Amino acid sequence: MTVEMILHHHIASVEKLALTTSGCPLVIQCKNFRIVHFIVPRERDCHDIYNSLLQLSKQAKYEDLYAFSYNPKQNDSERLRGWQLIDLAEEYKRMGVPNSNWQLSDANREYKICETYPRELYVPRIASKPIIVGSSKFRSKGRFPVLSYYHREKEAAVCRCSQPLSGFSARCLEDEHLLQAISKANPVNRYMYVMDTRPKLNAMANRAAGKGYENEDNYSNIRFQFVGIENIHVMRSSLQKLLEVNGTKGLSVNDFYSGLESSGWLRHIKAVMDAAIFLTKAIMIENASVLVHCSDGWDRTSQVCSLGSLLLDSFYRTIRGFMVLIEKDWISFGHKFSERCGHLDSDPKEVSPVFTQFLECVWHLTEQFPQAFEFNEAFLLQIHEHIYSCQFGNFLGNCQKEREELKLKEKTYSLWPFLLDDQKKYLNPLYSPKSQAVAVLEPNTVSFNFKFWRNMYHQFDRTLHPRQSVFNIIMNMNEQNKQLENDIKDLESKIKQHKNKQTDGVLTKELLHSVRPESPTLKTSLCFKEQTLLPVNDALRTIEGSNPADNRYSEYAEEFSKSEPAVVSLEYGVARMTC
Amino acid sequence: MEFSELIRTGRAQAELLRGPGAPPLRGTLCVTGHHLLLSPGPQATSDLWLLLLRSVDSIEKRVAGDSGTITLRCKDLRVLQLDIEGVEATLDIARSIEALSSLESVITSFPFFYRPKGLRLGDAWHFHPPEHYYKRVARETNAWRLSEVNEDFSVCPSYPRAVIVPRAVDDDALARSARFRQGGRFPVLSYHHAPSGTVLLRSSQPLTGPQKRRCAEDEELLRAVLAGARPGARGFIVDTRSAQAAKQARMTGGGTEAKAAYPGWKRLHRPMERGRPLQESFVRLVEACGDLEQSMDRWLSRLEGCRWLAHVKEALSTACLAAQGMEREGACILVHGAEGTDSTLLVTSLAQLILDPLSRTMTGFQELVEREWIQAGHPFQLRCAHSAFSHARPKHEAPTFLLFLDCVWQLGRQFPLSLEFGEGLLLALFEHAYASPFGTFLCNSEKERCLCEVRTRTHSLWSGLNQPKEQRKLRNPLYVLNPLAIWPSVEPQSLRLWQGLFLRWTRPPEPSEAAWEKVWQIVTDKEKTEGSQPTVSASEPQP
Repeated sequence: MTVEMILHHHIASVEKLALTTSGCPLVIQCKNFRIVHFIVPRERDCHDIYNSLLQLSKQAKYEDLYAFSYNPKQNDSERLRGWQLIDLAEEYKRMGVPNSNWQLSDANREYKICETYPRELYVPRIASKPIIVGSSKFRSKGRFPVLSYYHREKEAAVCRCSQPLSGFSARCLEDEHLLQAISKANPVNRYMYVMDTRPKLNAMANRAAGKGYENEDNYSNIRFQFVGIENIHVMRSSLQKLLEVNGTKGLSVNDFYSGLESSGWLRHIKAVMDAAIFLTKAIMIENASVLVHCSDGWDRTSQVCSLGSLLLDSFYRTIRGFMVLIEKDWISFGHKFSERCGHLDSDPKEVSPVFTQFLECVWHLTEQFPQAFEFNEAFLLQIHEHIYSCQFGNFLGNCQKEREELKLKEKTYSLWPFLLDDQKKYLNPLYSPKSQAVAVLEPNTVSFNFKFWRNMYHQFDRTLHPRQSVFNIIMNMNEQNKQLENDIKDLESKIKQHKNKQTDGVLTKELLHSVRPESPTLKTSLCFKEQTLLPVNDALRTIEGSNPADNRYSEYAEEFSKSEPAVVSLEYGVARMTC
Repeated sequence: MEFSELIRTGRAQAELLRGPGAPPLRGTLCVTGHHLLLSPGPQATSDLWLLLLRSVDSIEKRVAGDSGTITLRCKDLRVLQLDIEGVEATLDIARSIEALSSLESVITSFPFFYRPKGLRLGDAWHFHPPEHYYKRVARETNAWRLSEVNEDFSVCPSYPRAVIVPRAVDDDALARSARFRQGGRFPVLSYHHAPSGTVLLRSSQPLTGPQKRRCAEDEELLRAVLAGARPGARGFIVDTRSAQAAKQARMTGGGTEAKAAYPGWKRLHRPMERGRPLQESFVRLVEACGDLEQSMDRWLSRLEGCRWLAHVKEALSTACLAAQGMEREGACILVHGAEGTDSTLLVTSLAQLILDPLSRTMTGFQELVEREWIQAGHPFQLRCAHSAFSHARPKHEAPTFLLFLDCVWQLGRQFPLSLEFGEGLLLALFEHAYASPFGTFLCNSEKERCLCEVRTRTHSLWSGLNQPKEQRKLRNPLYVLNPLAIWPSVEPQSLRLWQGLFLRWTRPPEPSEAAWEKVWQIVTDKEKTEGSQPTVSASEPQP
């Protein structure tokens, strides 16, 4: 018998169905899209279980979450090292900042200007502190424009912020200056793009509430662009519809596709992808810097900035790079993981699958570019599992300040070292870093390239999956190949060693030669010849066994068959002579 | 008739656009009896470009100024554009292509002229008729015999000369049963499932008519089937029409087996789409796949509306039902619809693929196609006369065989290690079924192929495909023999659009193709390292 375990934190909803003859059915829907049906024989038990699960799945305090009691038997320094595994300062250095145009700002060191930003922010060198402070007052939640990704080669930047508090006509000179500073920090191109990732209507509606978007007339050198990604509420209900379709028993092909269509889910995924492509093109083709924002700049902005960086920079397509990317654009910049994932019993209207959509976009890229990613689908699924599991501290809380207050680094563990330890499970056997090292991914977003991600939404419905995995077998073959290649290298070096010994033998023979006069009959003696034949035959066998078309081995064999017998024969000769 | 009468102009200067991923080609355009040629100028590096005229499905011409454009839509779903200098030349070439591509005569078709180097006429033609399969059956059971009652095609014009039938039934009874079945297609053995000792049969509908006629020999034949299987075996008749449609067929002389007349047999109805609705489904899917600009919603609604994947699901689940009946219930299965030449073959061939590991090998699959489609009398000439682009009113066209290939592709996706052949073979079969230099898919039945002397005067596709140079394209590098039945999931979430076929020409070459190259490389690396390892260690110097 196997024991099925469901983490309390994974429970999205518990439902008690009408009593049947066999008992009381209980349906548990999980955040990782698992659906479990229980039948509890007695209705009272069922009721009790139902109530306990409801309570256990909704915690009121962070301290009651699993991460605070999870103990993987590590000491403090191991835990601390785990947290230090991903170092964002190191990452900015890798990108090439600070440099002559960009610097580290200490303005937010005490979280004074913006509570939801990290302490360390990179801004244009020419943007003074008063400008930053002024701009932050003109931006929703104080989230002023800062650097998200720096493209070293193009010297262009991806920046992020929240919407301006422009209303119908308000202006802010400091904000205008800051944007100008960003465009001036790009030595090649003087104009920059401002991408408002919201649909235009939503942005316009925000103006009535004193928010809104940049007026092109007030900012010099900006090109303003809406890209139309819907808000968290639309995304939440879209996923809800998708799950309803998937949960239907005996679903027909037509109901599936009409459900998929009316959920709008793939349309939203495509919108995020298109936005990231727009960003990439601005940088690669026009060499322009880009500023991305939505309303608060922590949902759609995180999606577009991180996906754009992933398209631009192959480092983010490695296992470690992907962790860095999530740490940078999602965790440090204040994507509200706890609210979006409903870690605590809080406002259900704050829950939204924004990060899931990001993972799905990445999955679509791995489908289109099977050789560009170091990691496989299992890696994405595992990360998705843990944004909800509350087993590790990384995704708890809604911003860095809150995480520090919770003392997560002291009380909980980081997920990343555990994933790295299991790295083998997450490797993509087809990964070819060399061919993709400099390549910018240019995905094709024609509609038919977007497919339903069965392995995410039906991860636990084994019957729907392919019955054999190409991945595993290729993985194993790769492993075996490596093992065999190592063996071969090993043997080659042994043979070399052996040969050296033989050359030594030749030398000793020559030495012997000089001291002992040689009988001329010995050289042509029959037994001498027989002795030489043996090793030659051995060498021939080597040629037969390996593939002659394979240059590497045939070269090797030739070498073996030509030079060696001579050496060996001499040695035998020596042996004969000395005995 | 001379081809030259139909060729209105010899040559013209033209530029050819071949869609995304392929550079345009300039040169002299030339129409011959069977081909459209484009020969690039003498300094050009590329080779002669050649298109079989038979593969043109529809042609569209436009003229502007002193030049014209011809758009050729091919049966393999490729779209080609020719920009031609000179209005007259354009119109003449268009008319020539129109006339030559729609020639109906079989014996003047290209396979009768195709003489490739390295192949010998007559090769591979005798490599898988029913006799060959019978040898295997005879090793497994004694209950069946090879009958030559149809030696001269007089009993059933769409069956091959030899068919496998119950040993207990003599040829006279077969002939009488044939008179009771539409087109003379009496029940014959399609597959013997040795592990459970049961059989898969196929036929056409019985001609019960409004008077509910019966036929003692037909009833005897099915009784003998059950008697020949394990004792107490039951039988299921899988009718690929709805109960309603089967009943209505009585009005036109057809019908179904009456329960009382066939003790031990139970009828199951699994309605499957066929004929024109299937062709329309194909046309609409291809139309949807040609639109690169459509929104997500529009695409999904067209994918739903064309119903193609619903047909895939129907076909696979009916085949699973038949296979399950044999494997799990130990029952004998008879499959038929009306004529027994379309959805019937779809079900019997898929069921074999699910159950029989041998049919999943390269040769086994080719034998399956030969035996269950070509020899079994699927009317390829009629069904594949036009593909999805033709403006002609569809008469007998239906993509039944394509639907089969799609289902096989779905099986291959769900069991990526269990089929010895890859997508390449399925694509090749699709292409050749619609237009081919080989004779394999010519005509509608063995009888017609005999009359046209196809076997002696054309080359077989199998000998073409089995040349060593073709293998890498056709094989699945990851194949390992899987002795078990492969039960696919038929849930909509598990079925995918076959992009490699339907989007083959509309999208630029995919990075996933490079990935397959990498898979091949890994597999060959593995073979090499494994192959050489023992010998290297053998040559390791002994201490």
